[in-house]
Amino acid sequence: MNGNTVGLTIDRKTMSVPPGTTILEAASAAGIRIPTLCHMKLEDLEYENNPGACRICVVEVEGRRNLAPACKTECTEGMVVHTHTPRVMNARRTVMELILSNHPAECLTCSKNGYCDLQKVAHDLGIREIRYRGEESVFVPDRSPAIVRDMNKCIMCRRCETACNTIQTVGALTAVNRGFRAVVATAFGRDMAGSTCSYCGQCVSVCPTGALSGRSHTDEVLKALADPEKIVIAQTAPAVRTALGRDFGYEAGTLVTGKMVSALRELGFDYVFDTDFAADLTIMEEGTEFLNRLRAEDADGERAKLPLMTSCCPGWVSFVEQHYPELLPRLSTARSPQQMFGSVAKRYFARLLGVERRRLVVVSVMPCLAKKYECSRLEFAVDGNPDVDVSIYTRELARLIRYANIDFRALPDGEFDRPFGESTGAGVIFGTTGGVIEAAMRTAYELYTGRPLPEIEFVRLRGMEGIRSATVDFDGKPVRIGIAHGLGNARRLVEEVLAGKSPYDAIEVMACPGGCIGGGGQPFHRGNMEVLRCRADALYREDAGKPLRKSHENPCVQELYREVLEEPCGPKAHEWLHTRYFDRKNGGTEDSGPEK
Amino acid sequence: MTIGWQVLVCGGTGCRASQSERIEKALKEEIRRCGLEDEAQVIRTGCFGFCEKGPVVKVIPDNTFYVQVRPEDAEEIVSEHLLKGCRVRRLLYVDPETHLRVSDSKHIGFYRKQLRIALRNCGFIDPENIGEYIARDGYAALGKALTGMTPEEVIGEIERSGLRGRGGGGFPTGLKWKITRQAPGERKYVVCNADEGDPGAFMDRSILEGDPHSVLEAMAINGYCTGASKGLIYIRAEYPLAVERLKTAIGQAREAGLLGDDILGSGFSFDVEIRYGAGAFVCGEETALIRSMEGQRGEAMVKPPFPSERGYAGCPTNVNNVETYANIPVILLKGADWFAGIGTERSKGTKVFALAGKINNVGLIEVPMGTTLREVIFGIGGGIKNGKKFKAVQTGGPSGGCLTEKHLDIPIDYDNLLAAGSMMGSGGMIVMDEDDCMVSMAKFYLDFTVEESCGKCAPCRVGNKRLHELLQKITGGKGTEEDLERLRNLALVIRDTALCGLGQTSPNPVLSTLDNFRDEYLAHVREQRCYAHQCRDLTQYFISPEICRGCTLCARACPVNAISGERKHPHAIDPLLCVRCGSCLEKCKFGAVRVR
Amino acid sequence: MEKEIRNESLPSCVREKVHDICREHGCDPGELIHILHALQRTFGYLPEAVQEAVAAELDIPVARVYGVVTFYSYFTMVPKGKYPVSVCLGTACYVRGAEAVLDEFRRQLEIGVGETTLDGLFSLDCLRCVGACGLAPVVSVGDRVYGRLTPEKVRGILSDYYRAAED
Repeated sequence: MNGNTVGLTIDRKTMSVPPGTTILEAASAAGIRIPTLCHMKLEDLEYENNPGACRICVVEVEGRRNLAPACKTECTEGMVVHTHTPRVMNARRTVMELILSNHPAECLTCSKNGYCDLQKVAHDLGIREIRYRGEESVFVPDRSPAIVRDMNKCIMCRRCETACNTIQTVGALTAVNRGFRAVVATAFGRDMAGSTCSYCGQCVSVCPTGALSGRSHTDEVLKALADPEKIVIAQTAPAVRTALGRDFGYEAGTLVTGKMVSALRELGFDYVFDTDFAADLTIMEEGTEFLNRLRAEDADGERAKLPLMTSCCPGWVSFVEQHYPELLPRLSTARSPQQMFGSVAKRYFARLLGVERRRLVVVSVMPCLAKKYECSRLEFAVDGNPDVDVSIYTRELARLIRYANIDFRALPDGEFDRPFGESTGAGVIFGTTGGVIEAAMRTAYELYTGRPLPEIEFVRLRGMEGIRSATVDFDGKPVRIGIAHGLGNARRLVEEVLAGKSPYDAIEVMACPGGCIGGGGQPFHRGNMEVLRCRADALYREDAGKPLRKSHENPCVQELYREVLEEPCGPKAHEWLHTRYFDRKNGGTEDSGPEK
Repeated sequence: MTIGWQVLVCGGTGCRASQSERIEKALKEEIRRCGLEDEAQVIRTGCFGFCEKGPVVKVIPDNTFYVQVRPEDAEEIVSEHLLKGCRVRRLLYVDPETHLRVSDSKHIGFYRKQLRIALRNCGFIDPENIGEYIARDGYAALGKALTGMTPEEVIGEIERSGLRGRGGGGFPTGLKWKITRQAPGERKYVVCNADEGDPGAFMDRSILEGDPHSVLEAMAINGYCTGASKGLIYIRAEYPLAVERLKTAIGQAREAGLLGDDILGSGFSFDVEIRYGAGAFVCGEETALIRSMEGQRGEAMVKPPFPSERGYAGCPTNVNNVETYANIPVILLKGADWFAGIGTERSKGTKVFALAGKINNVGLIEVPMGTTLREVIFGIGGGIKNGKKFKAVQTGGPSGGCLTEKHLDIPIDYDNLLAAGSMMGSGGMIVMDEDDCMVSMAKFYLDFTVEESCGKCAPCRVGNKRLHELLQKITGGKGTEEDLERLRNLALVIRDTALCGLGQTSPNPVLSTLDNFRDEYLAHVREQRCYAHQCRDLTQYFISPEICRGCTLCARACPVNAISGERKHPHAIDPLLCVRCGSCLEKCKFGAVRVR
Repeated sequence: MEKEIRNESLPSCVREKVHDICREHGCDPGELIHILHALQRTFGYLPEAVQEAVAAELDIPVARVYGVVTFYSYFTMVPKGKYPVSVCLGTACYVRGAEAVLDEFRRQLEIGVGETTLDGLFSLDCLRCVGACGLAPVVSVGDRVYGRLTPEKVRGILSDYYRAAED
């Protein structure tokens, strides 16, 4: 040993590794694959689920009495490891049979079919029969508006628990009971709607089996499409186009905007619009709101509503309502782009078409599970008719495309319909962390200073660090900006603000790591930050290629204000485009009241 | 004032269950009535160990040992013994072999062969009076260590004594202390594991009830050696008496300056706090214990890191069990050589066993390592109850195994028991006779493990459940020979892959009975017979019509009215109704009830 | 017996008690098990509303409290009977016939393990070793321990308590 490395042998290969390296890491570096189930390490997110609980990765270490979990056993000098002796393989297979003996054999009808880690490892181990049968767990599936939990499929890997508690600090999920009855659940086994869940969907992203999945609404979409009475409208969020291609064999971060539009037309949508348009609208409202609050501070030092906190992300909004109701007045009252779009479609576009709002079916395609919950919130409905009827997530759209036998790769590039297909680069970058605040600054700067931006790209707001901050110079007035993605980071940022340590003027939060590009409804990225970076780059590329890159320059947005909305944050705009929040920590019904 | 008589009344839980408190009260009243307050003192002690004959009362100085005393006997003890000096013969112990009454406990077979080190004060002192402990050299070892020895010297002494952990694993105590001492860390902790969960073991509780100061003293010495200033005792909340006495002892030690700041003017500060368990056997495992002390679910963690490196609150933590601590002060006072002179080559000193089951002298005993099982069971234990035949002895509780006739002459120590397929464990020793079915015993222990598994790792969570189900199948008469192979494979895999000590040892009862009582398993699966008549599904009660006199006694005893028949005519048992409780067999005076 | 604590409206006295007990333990989440012990001593059991109040006091997710409560067999979320019956199923008691005694309690009380009779008088539980192995098999009813039991003695013990309840 030369002090800085540890020498060992794995499967007759000698190697030296830094101290602290686990057998799993050493083997992986040497090209030796050891199967794992519970272990999950997402380095960039500082996520590590490593309970050493599934025991699938056990290996034989010479001189050790029992088998060692490769994921938790550090290499020591002179260690001799065997990863596939008959003893190891019998142990792995037996343990796998045990896990399968309490797991329903419904692979063919499972939403995770083909993406399931358990299925893959069982297949690799060549399991053909289960010798140990016995009592199986019986849990009633819990179907919330966004997430379905079928705990009969839970293998107690605890990844979701770690994501929910460590990364997101939401604390909705925990292990309960013990022994054979142990399972991950919410407090008192309530359904998710009755828990502190914010529907961020990160638990779904990390679940190795079908125990946690997004609620599917494809049937509702198909039904609407088949109904001749209905006019079905699609709106697609920016992050979707960066990831949808992944399910059809494209490289991560390939923009498939045109093919996506064509696919939606093939599916039978009457109009295919872009949520980016609504994002521009959001910037008009949120940017104006920010300036109003900033000016209020300039005028009389009133900081009660600063920092302004973005409200585009329903997971984040729900988090504030559940955990920090005292901060509700600081949330922007601007609705999210999804809901602004729905509002404008149902109120304005229906009028343009000369039909009743009930004949329109607005379907949003989102990277997100929480959007399903958001569109079901009662304040976004008129006489029981929701502004957005159905929200589906990226993986669901991919399923619909396959369902309709559409050869996605062969599709021509289509164009969004007018008028709500027009968007600026600012609307595009909404899909990544830092994008909303950058878009807002592009507009706010020009409105505040009355002069054009010298440099359109706020490079300092970009990146993948969990918490970032920057100061933007508004003609001598420093505007301090904080950005967080992932709710755990958001909590840290908020705590700093509450402690008076971080005097931000504006804060952008996205509940999912990486922002919407890493949303709970996206094709599984398994925490591969490279995938997220490629998706972010794609959005910035699309932004850079746009002729218009500031929301207030969007001609369709301008026209909308001229035609109906009058002025940003005006009474009409308030009625259509703003919302209110609820204190869900203390009872849930108390209204925080709309901003005057 | 001269105290002539000391009347010691056992205040252990067993004797208290037999109303020893009322005896104590009656004795005090009687003494007062006779005006003997100045000459006689009643002391409530901890457990005497001879629970079989409880409640026990001992009169000093003549060492008279009264057994199975009732409150009504108080009058006679005082008037005859204390006033007239005549022993109450009818309350003396009767030697089962000679049938002679034995007055002095030293001559009772049960005590004669014991060597009491850890139990040295149990049954001799009032555990609620620190003065009595000090009078028997209490806290002298702490004084010696603090004033005359360096921590290294103390650790060296413990190491040389050869003391190994009495909680189960048998890890060298001195080495553990040394590792904790050497582990880097500002804060360190000393923990006493009093979470005695082994069903049928109660030595830790008896020590805490009978001699709490010995544990406190040893913890302080441990703190001095490892550099910890805080000690934590993790004790079952189900032990209210032990908790009370510990609290009293801690209070008295603080008052006497033997706990707290600057102990004995040495500059060393140490204090002890009590932490409560809440009913989880797995918390006897040190990593689970630490989780539990931190207010978490008591789930075991993968080792390393060991608690000595990273334990409570992330700090180096030395965990020892109660009996281990109770040995420490004696070792320091009498020297390592003295201690190392007792026992076998690799197991030094004595071991406390809770002797129970089908044995004449149930109780708590302490013998030198190396004593044979035969000496313990037939010498001290007085042989098998009701003249039945010895079948097996189970050591090590749910983690141990069943040993047979052929193991009776092996000297008891850590390594011999392990080699024989069992283990020392915490010291439970359950004796079984010909009426015990070994398959049912294995099932009983698995039942326990299934209930107590924390549920974290798959082999223990699901594997033990499946083991239990296989045993249910076999005891239910539905097992096959292939099931025996399945049983063995599963047991071996669980031992090889489970995460913690509980899981790794949980198959031991199955493996040891499979090895030692294979015929019995075969009888269950081949002939569907349980020769011990314990497996209800394999047992049938019937009445021999030739012998039955029709006395109706059995029919009246039957709890489920399964027996019918007219008076003076032979009766019959309905096998469909019969619950095989055996009441009829017990009641029948003519031997007409038969079992098959 | 404590009146059942309902979820909808946590009486202010309960809330205050929870507050006081948490304060006594410095509102330290590390003291959760101690706090739960104290609360169970006070209320007899740990209903949802009490767990929620604890979570709020300690500023931890209620799920964590629930996870701990369901892990330890000592904690209960259902009120116990006025006379809690615990049958020792330690090994010593088991080999001396504790199972038959347990069966008899089940039959007499017409409840399963972990349940409480409808009249609220008895609850039935198993425990592992009270350390009175000399008296095996052992059953405790409240603070009282009964030793050397046989199924035949069960009815007599219960009727004593029925009588006591009537008085």
